[in-house]
Amino acid sequence: MEDFHIASIIVSTIRNAPVLMFAALAGLFAERSGVVDIGLEGKILASAFASAAVAYTTQNPWYGILAGMAVSVALAMVQAFVSITQKGNQLVAGIAINIAMSGLTFVLAQFFFQQGGRTPDLRDARLADVTLPGAAALENVPFIGWLYNHVIGGQSVLVYVAFLLLPVVHWVVYHSRFGLRLRACGENPHAADAAGVSVERTRYLAMLVAGVLCSFSGAYLTLVQSGFFLRDMSAGAGYLALTALVFGNWRPVHTVLGCLMFGLFGAIQIQLEGVDLPVVGHLPGSLIQAIPYVVTVVVLAGLMAKSVAPKAIGKPFVKSR
Amino acid sequence: MQPAVEFRNISKAFGAVQANADVSFSIAKGSIHGVIGENGAGKSTLMSILYGYYNADSGQVLIDGQPRDIRTSQEAIALGIGMVHQHFMLVENMTVLDNIMLGNEGGFKLASQRGAVEAKLREICTRYRLDVDPLATVHDLSVGAQQRVEILKQIYRSANILILDEPTAVLTAQETASLFEILRLFKEQGKTIILITHKLQEIMDITDEVTVMRAGRVVGAVKTAETSKEQLAGMMVGRPIQSELPRAPFNPGAEVLKVSNLQLKDANGVALLSDIDFTLRAGEVVAIAGVSGNGQSELLEILSGMRLPTSGKVEFLGHDLPYTGRTHADGLPATFRALGIGHVPEDRLRDGVIKDFSVMQNTVFGYQDAVKNRWGLFDYKKIAQRCAHLMQAFDVRPNNPDLRIGLLSGGNQQKVVIAREVAAKPKMMLVGQPTRGVDIGTIESIHTQLLRLRDEGVAILLSSVELEEVRALADRIIVMSGGRITGILPVGEFDTTRIGLLMGGMHKS
Amino acid sequence: MKKTELPRWATAFVLPILNLLSALLVAGLVIHLLGESPAESLRILVDSAILDPEGLAYTLFYASTFIFAGLAVSLAMQAGLFNIGAEGQMYVGGLGLTLVVLALDAHLPAVLLIPAAMIGAAVFGALWAFIPGYLQAKRGSHVVVTTIMFNFIAASVMNWVILKMIPEGQQNPASRVFADSAALPLLNKIMPVLGDTPLNISFLIAIAALAIYGVAVWRSSWGYQLRATGLNAHAAHYAGVKISRTIIVTMLVSGALAGLGAVNSVMGSTHYLSLNFPAGAGFVGIAIALMGRQHPVGIFLSSVLFGALIQGGFDLSLEKPNIPQETFIFIQGLIILFCGAMENFYAPAVMKLINLTRSNKGA
Repeated sequence: MEDFHIASIIVSTIRNAPVLMFAALAGLFAERSGVVDIGLEGKILASAFASAAVAYTTQNPWYGILAGMAVSVALAMVQAFVSITQKGNQLVAGIAINIAMSGLTFVLAQFFFQQGGRTPDLRDARLADVTLPGAAALENVPFIGWLYNHVIGGQSVLVYVAFLLLPVVHWVVYHSRFGLRLRACGENPHAADAAGVSVERTRYLAMLVAGVLCSFSGAYLTLVQSGFFLRDMSAGAGYLALTALVFGNWRPVHTVLGCLMFGLFGAIQIQLEGVDLPVVGHLPGSLIQAIPYVVTVVVLAGLMAKSVAPKAIGKPFVKSR
Repeated sequence: MQPAVEFRNISKAFGAVQANADVSFSIAKGSIHGVIGENGAGKSTLMSILYGYYNADSGQVLIDGQPRDIRTSQEAIALGIGMVHQHFMLVENMTVLDNIMLGNEGGFKLASQRGAVEAKLREICTRYRLDVDPLATVHDLSVGAQQRVEILKQIYRSANILILDEPTAVLTAQETASLFEILRLFKEQGKTIILITHKLQEIMDITDEVTVMRAGRVVGAVKTAETSKEQLAGMMVGRPIQSELPRAPFNPGAEVLKVSNLQLKDANGVALLSDIDFTLRAGEVVAIAGVSGNGQSELLEILSGMRLPTSGKVEFLGHDLPYTGRTHADGLPATFRALGIGHVPEDRLRDGVIKDFSVMQNTVFGYQDAVKNRWGLFDYKKIAQRCAHLMQAFDVRPNNPDLRIGLLSGGNQQKVVIAREVAAKPKMMLVGQPTRGVDIGTIESIHTQLLRLRDEGVAILLSSVELEEVRALADRIIVMSGGRITGILPVGEFDTTRIGLLMGGMHKS
Repeated sequence: MKKTELPRWATAFVLPILNLLSALLVAGLVIHLLGESPAESLRILVDSAILDPEGLAYTLFYASTFIFAGLAVSLAMQAGLFNIGAEGQMYVGGLGLTLVVLALDAHLPAVLLIPAAMIGAAVFGALWAFIPGYLQAKRGSHVVVTTIMFNFIAASVMNWVILKMIPEGQQNPASRVFADSAALPLLNKIMPVLGDTPLNISFLIAIAALAIYGVAVWRSSWGYQLRATGLNAHAAHYAGVKISRTIIVTMLVSGALAGLGAVNSVMGSTHYLSLNFPAGAGFVGIAIALMGRQHPVGIFLSSVLFGALIQGGFDLSLEKPNIPQETFIFIQGLIILFCGAMENFYAPAVMKLINLTRSNKGA
């Protein structure tokens, strides 16, 4: 067990979580308003590609982020149109977007960059890590130095955004007018409608917010983690984010805890390779890769009976008298 | 003085159905005005137009003498029109305060207004004796209390015209009396009240004027003091109604059902049914009277096999019904059917039929294994024959077995369900709300059908929220309240007041 | 009189065709933006996939797999279940048939080996669908997410298994080559015009499967209960249907059908088990189920269409490098969107048109 470096696990967890956090909080807005968002995966992938492509072309990660946002919002609006105005099947719409983006991102990457469906390495155009003031002085202080320089400090800007997002989302959902209307639309849209709230407009807004938040997830993948776009690089993050939502009972704080849990598993996973475990010995790399998905199934199996989704989720709102 | 509301030539069609046809009448300010009619008469549509849910195809609505084009519920609210719906428009997991602030928050930050709103709500509650705690969560409140929250909501929004849609459907006699007191208070304050109901007694009790609607049109507009229940009923239906249906003398046979000490608790340990004991004999109709939500639905679900009791015993034809040793009721209804228990469910569209299947497909619903050949395939000739016979015997209209059953009227759907259950020749029939959503003409034929079954020796257990129906059909009456049986009496001892008190029994309010 | 509901022929044919055309229109637009001519691309596609007999054989060869995938998803959909896991179920089904073949291909003649291998494929495919089905029935875990997870898990597990199966000294990441007794009879034996193509009897088996599906779902008591569960589970419970069992059995059969989809490519074409052989067929099954409206004829036509897209798309990608095969994954997504989620987009317009023509005719 000494093979496991607790310190690096903690740092890894913090670095892994934001991808899921952005997506899960995005999904929270959509689903709390009553729209199932299975299309998180596609939005992540599309914004990952857009961020990488534009960041590379302009050599500026911030333009990349904006591009990712634009693309993700566009997809969210398509989903919103299909789900809200057309009252179509929301699951199907989400799956359609995921599949469509899987294909389109590859084709566009190939078309623009001719590198077998990936984008060129961003190198310096990535988002730099933030060094907190006084970091150099604390570098050699035991524990505090590590905490200050590598846990709290030394992270990418987007990591801070992700964690700071949590109190903001919590406040908006529970203490703002928009949040009240959001929750009403997800629990009893007829009541919201009778109160004079436009259910359609609230849901469209929720999808807009979801599109914006989800784009950071994709941008994080390319601009912070890898530095380039690779086909299907989201690898199920959108579904893991949904699972975190179920785990967190659609509440912001608990959902983020779920994301941290997945981040933790991801961190441990990396350390597992080459480690001699009791009984099973070395776990082959391919099987280790399955861990997050197995965890997802276990979570869903254990918790579904107890977690309570917004009552009106997935049902298109039709005024009925 | 200008009338509070005036309808002029309102017409509204939904596809082929003309819901309102040239409706014109006015509602005096400071009065309680009843709008009465059977299901499908057009009253709800008209009120929805007034409240901005629908837009009329033609005609005008005048508020205080001014023509108004009400396109959204927000506009209606701004004009001082408030509506208390039959199905409450409340978000259950939020507080009363949040529910009332919804749509009316007064700013992006909720906290800025919460204190002021709460204070105002408490003041309104005191003034109108509404007895509601603004900080209570809605799903913790009783049905009567939830309705008061709805009323509170309208008053808070300064409604001057209050529409109540079938308000007493879910109230006990006592709660109804309290509600009427509140309405009289409103009237004294100069508010206008529009009461939509199909209960003739209520019209006579509280309204000043009545408008009668039938098939989308206004067929009568009278002062309550100048009319009678019989006259109103006649206008509602268009012909005199038979009040007494023929039945054979009461001659019950052997005991068919014996329920002993039945208990039901929900997932949170809340008792839904407590200490249920009663028997049922062949050739007898036992009607469970009670305001909905007092355990009757759950009792019928248990007896039909759709749900498991927490404990207790039920003997059917001398044998215990197979509840024990199971964790869920999956597949149990089939077993019960095979034993001879027929079930006409309370919520026909949710439980009794598949809306998108044809009438013919619905006639085998629940009996699908009885009409297959040895390969497991359906014998269509047999099914078609049976269906044609049933549709004719029960006068199902239109006489088209391939029509999607969702397109039939409520009454005809119910006839299909009853026909299907009767055709299986059950020893006991469970019937939940036999005439809910059914037009008056069909009500008679369904009642006749049930009495005929009784005369043939079938044991019938039905539940109904309509006391008139209970009196018309029952040999014995069981009154339920709060999940308990509060009284069992023969129909000869039927007394509205006594039954009302039993229904109000241990009801929390 | 104005009609308010679309007649059957409109919903069964007109709308799906309009939806398909919309998807193709968007695809055409993208192709145009990629600097190619949609009309020319279409011409190349049709030439390759339909007009050329060998190309047509390939089209039908791909269609054979797609029919099974489409059946798998359609059957589950009839019960109200969205089985996204056909890809993983097909992959694991391939393992099932491989284990049977590797164990028995030296001992059994083709007439026994092939059915045995097919059973192996079906059983393994069913097993891979069992847990998601069980969890949905007993725990309410949404089958969409669990089956997607099982797709990922299948990819990992099969990766590990196949790498272990590579014979000594072989470069190709695949099992050893099957004996000839495991080869599905090719249809070019009866129709030489088909040329050297892998179109085999699984095409005929697929058609038989479509017929059995049609009869089972619409004419049997089991199918009736299935559809009732999908349309209204509350009412199905009232009618005595065992909902849990129906869900689990449906997923098992769905998985089995997906597993059978492996037979065509593994035993008809490659003759060994290779990495990622389904190559997205499970997802195509979703598009087919939606486009074909879960109807046997619709499934058949949609499968042939997708077969044509794959075959034509392959030749197209050779001629036009800007239109790689992944373009067809994009088109797939569009079809799912238009045929599945926006299926009624054109309904109001068609309704107006019908009423207009009726009033013109003086109805």
